[in-house]
Amino acid sequence: MRVALQVTCVNDAMFPDTGKAVVRLLRRLGVDVDFPGAQTCCGQPMVNTGYLDEAVPVVRTFVDAFAGYDAIVTPSGSCAGSARHQHSIVAERSGDPALVAAVAETGPKTYELSEFLVDVLGVTDVGAHFPHRVTYHPTCHSLRMLGVGDRPQRLLEAVRGITLVDLPQANECCGFGGTFALKNADTSVAMGADKARHVRDTGAEVLVAGDNSCLMHIGGMLSRQRAGVRVMHLAEILASTEESAGDPEPDNPLVEEVAQRPSRDQGDEGDFR
Amino acid sequence: MSATFVGMPAFPTAARAALGDTQLRRNMAHATHTIREKRAAVVAEVEDWEDLRLAGAGVKEAALRDLATHLETLEASLTRAGATVHWARDAEEACAIVARITHAHGVDEVVKVKSMATAEIGLNEALEAEGIAAWETDLAELIVQLGDDLPSHILVPAIHRNRAEIREIFRRRMGDVGRAAPGGLTDDPTALAGAAREHLREKFLGAKVAVSGANFAVADSGTLVVVESEGNGRMCLTLPEVLISVVGIEKVVATWSDLDPMLRLLPRSSTGERMNPYTSTWSGVTPGDGPQEVHVVLLDNGRTRALADDVGRQALRCIRCSACLNVCPVYERTGGHAYGSVYPGPIGAILNPLLRGVEDEQTASLPYASSLCGACFEVCPVRIDIPSVLVDQRAAVVDSHRDDRVPKAEAVAMKAAAWAFSDSRRLAWAEKASGLGGRVLRRFGRTTLPGGRAAAGRLPGPGAGWTGARDLPAPPEESFRAWWDRTGGGQSEGGHS
Amino acid sequence: MSARDDILRRVREALDGVSPAVEVPPAPRAPDRGDLVALFVERVEDYRAVVTRCTAAGLGGAVADALDGRSSVVPPGLDLEVVGSLVDDGLTAVELDAIDAVVTRAAVGIAETGTIVMDHQPDQGRRAISLVPDLHVCIVDAVQVVADVPDAIALLDPARPLTWISGPSATSDIELDRVEGVHGPRTLHVVLVG
Repeated sequence: MRVALQVTCVNDAMFPDTGKAVVRLLRRLGVDVDFPGAQTCCGQPMVNTGYLDEAVPVVRTFVDAFAGYDAIVTPSGSCAGSARHQHSIVAERSGDPALVAAVAETGPKTYELSEFLVDVLGVTDVGAHFPHRVTYHPTCHSLRMLGVGDRPQRLLEAVRGITLVDLPQANECCGFGGTFALKNADTSVAMGADKARHVRDTGAEVLVAGDNSCLMHIGGMLSRQRAGVRVMHLAEILASTEESAGDPEPDNPLVEEVAQRPSRDQGDEGDFR
Repeated sequence: MSATFVGMPAFPTAARAALGDTQLRRNMAHATHTIREKRAAVVAEVEDWEDLRLAGAGVKEAALRDLATHLETLEASLTRAGATVHWARDAEEACAIVARITHAHGVDEVVKVKSMATAEIGLNEALEAEGIAAWETDLAELIVQLGDDLPSHILVPAIHRNRAEIREIFRRRMGDVGRAAPGGLTDDPTALAGAAREHLREKFLGAKVAVSGANFAVADSGTLVVVESEGNGRMCLTLPEVLISVVGIEKVVATWSDLDPMLRLLPRSSTGERMNPYTSTWSGVTPGDGPQEVHVVLLDNGRTRALADDVGRQALRCIRCSACLNVCPVYERTGGHAYGSVYPGPIGAILNPLLRGVEDEQTASLPYASSLCGACFEVCPVRIDIPSVLVDQRAAVVDSHRDDRVPKAEAVAMKAAAWAFSDSRRLAWAEKASGLGGRVLRRFGRTTLPGGRAAAGRLPGPGAGWTGARDLPAPPEESFRAWWDRTGGGQSEGGHS
Repeated sequence: MSARDDILRRVREALDGVSPAVEVPPAPRAPDRGDLVALFVERVEDYRAVVTRCTAAGLGGAVADALDGRSSVVPPGLDLEVVGSLVDDGLTAVELDAIDAVVTRAAVGIAETGTIVMDHQPDQGRRAISLVPDLHVCIVDAVQVVADVPDAIALLDPARPLTWISGPSATSDIELDRVEGVHGPRTLHVVLVG
């Protein structure tokens, strides 16, 4: 099976560790995952803001990059939903029958990570080890657009050492919503404040989800509140093993760099690694 | 009444003000969570709820797809049953018909059953201009009318008021327009409902003309249906001599048996009950029972505009249950007034632009008043895919500005992003630039995310929208793509692959 | 062009090229819930209505108990003599407002939803008489109870005015919390025969 990683534009530019975690995880499970370098973005930012014409070349880039693969795995419920449910809208708009046919090929082959693990690989125990108190937020697009159901929870429950606690009002939107977070920033933040409160109520040290964009929003609020809760992508927890436990972000040059910063920077933050 | 939605600012501005209203936030959170739980419990009782939704959606969709035929059938059935059928292209025509019939009977007041169609056309204000007082008889409508307020919910227009505020409105205002609130009125809901009963009793017993809407209009039998709880509907539909019903043309269902899925879906979705206390159905005039003069005004007012929209047409399936409002995380926090329409919430965010177009800035802001979380679609009893229609209406907004001489900053940004995303080499270049920005932040920034990553705190300019309340992680020096290229997909890095 | 013709023209134009053929899936049936009459009683009581059960012979006594000496009105076709009751002969709304109670029959009872449907035949009377008095004593025969809404729809004649009643008058308009007792009868007393 030829498997491609669609890392997503947000992860590529902002959260490369999530992409690296997916690669580590899939290789550990025996999948030789490829990263087609021609990929960019799924086009969702344009589509969801109403810029359908602008999304046409982006979707074209997507289908060109992923043509010929048996499965396209993406660590984002939102981007999987975009490929599966929105690419056809963009293709129709383009009036190009070849694009319509191409998205009909790539759409059904696109899997959100937990779907790929559970449905395609048939695993729930991926051999991970993560001895921390964790709460899971089901992001809207994975929950309602894709219907991933309890697959992420089943994967997390099988992680050694984890303490998984229920998030109150878990199914309610965190308020990110793509450009909604900017166009209606006040409402977005009001929603995020409640989500952050529920996260804090769990006493968890880590909030996990399947979309880094939502986590960037909730995590940004928790950080501003100095809440002492960090956010992690599902892939990063599933990629953790006992061997990597003492070194949670082995590939991240940032951690070292932050630690080397001048001491005046530490004034903002009590608990500083 | 002076309260009006005319001149309301665009949603983000109106929402900002609403979000700061602590009483509103508390009232809305309490009411929406109460009704969510009730709905969830009675929906869970129905084992085949999804099949029932499919049936309900099918009934409404079939009626819409052949609407002209069903409207003609409805007109013929109603006429045969003794009703007089009127047609109104827009609000002005509909209001004029109601005023003319009322004047013809020489009365200067009408009693009203709560109806979204008459709220949409501004009937009360139009009648007032004609010297006719329209008394709202639904408890929530009465609260809004007495408080000189605006409706904020489809089913419960006074949802933004709590019991203490309602008590105050009753104490201060009831006496001005009829029987005053009893002395010693408490804020106990039963006592408040009792005060409304006493206040409206004299109006019901003396009214000659009533105005209603209809939840459904059955084409083959010429039957109108009103679904209600309090009995004010029954009072208006039964006691006066003349009944005028203003009915949107999308209310039609083809046959009597089509009511089956609808009457099972609506109460559970709206008030969270197995069945609402009262449903009245009538077909024209029944000799010796109820109004002996029955008028039906079939209203377009933008519905044919929505009907012509291949994606948006499904919004006309709406049965005004309010389930989408009650689950909406945006509506829960802003309340209904911020939407600037009698149709607030997710359904309002699609229905208003579909009925009116997106030319004015306020209406154009509504499709964006959603995080596209999809909770609305999940509960809609007639399966309106509200998120998809929202996205399609956003496209309508963008398309309406494509010929602008000076493009909006957002349009410029989107075009730039599309350019970068159309070729991975351009994207790689942009990521390199953002990595350099990240390096600056890491060196000089003063914020650190939990876990240790450097971040931006408050940024000026366009970044302020994000960083006003949220820290922003510093871009990493190396993108995933650059790492993959450098390490051959991690193969040249030891240990972790 | 008249408004009628204009609107119909707009409708036809809007649907130009749209197929009117829509497959409407049949509405599902509720599963068999066993004793329908018991379910009906449970669901009616759930709305905080009063239910008493009696035999055909005990009906007069049960209705008298429900009225408990209150003034009442009955429809002209009621097949039961209610002592001291006024027979409706076109009473005005104001006259009805001075009467405490009404005794009627019903057309159908729906078990699943605890609903009574009146079709206002002579044994149920005009709509006004079962609306204005504050206590509605409604006689339902056990054989009139059907399983669910579709069964009732199939039995009812849309040409007649219908009133579907599920418990006493109520409202959820204050904080979306349900309270009983607004404009309709504040007490619904169902007398179930058989």
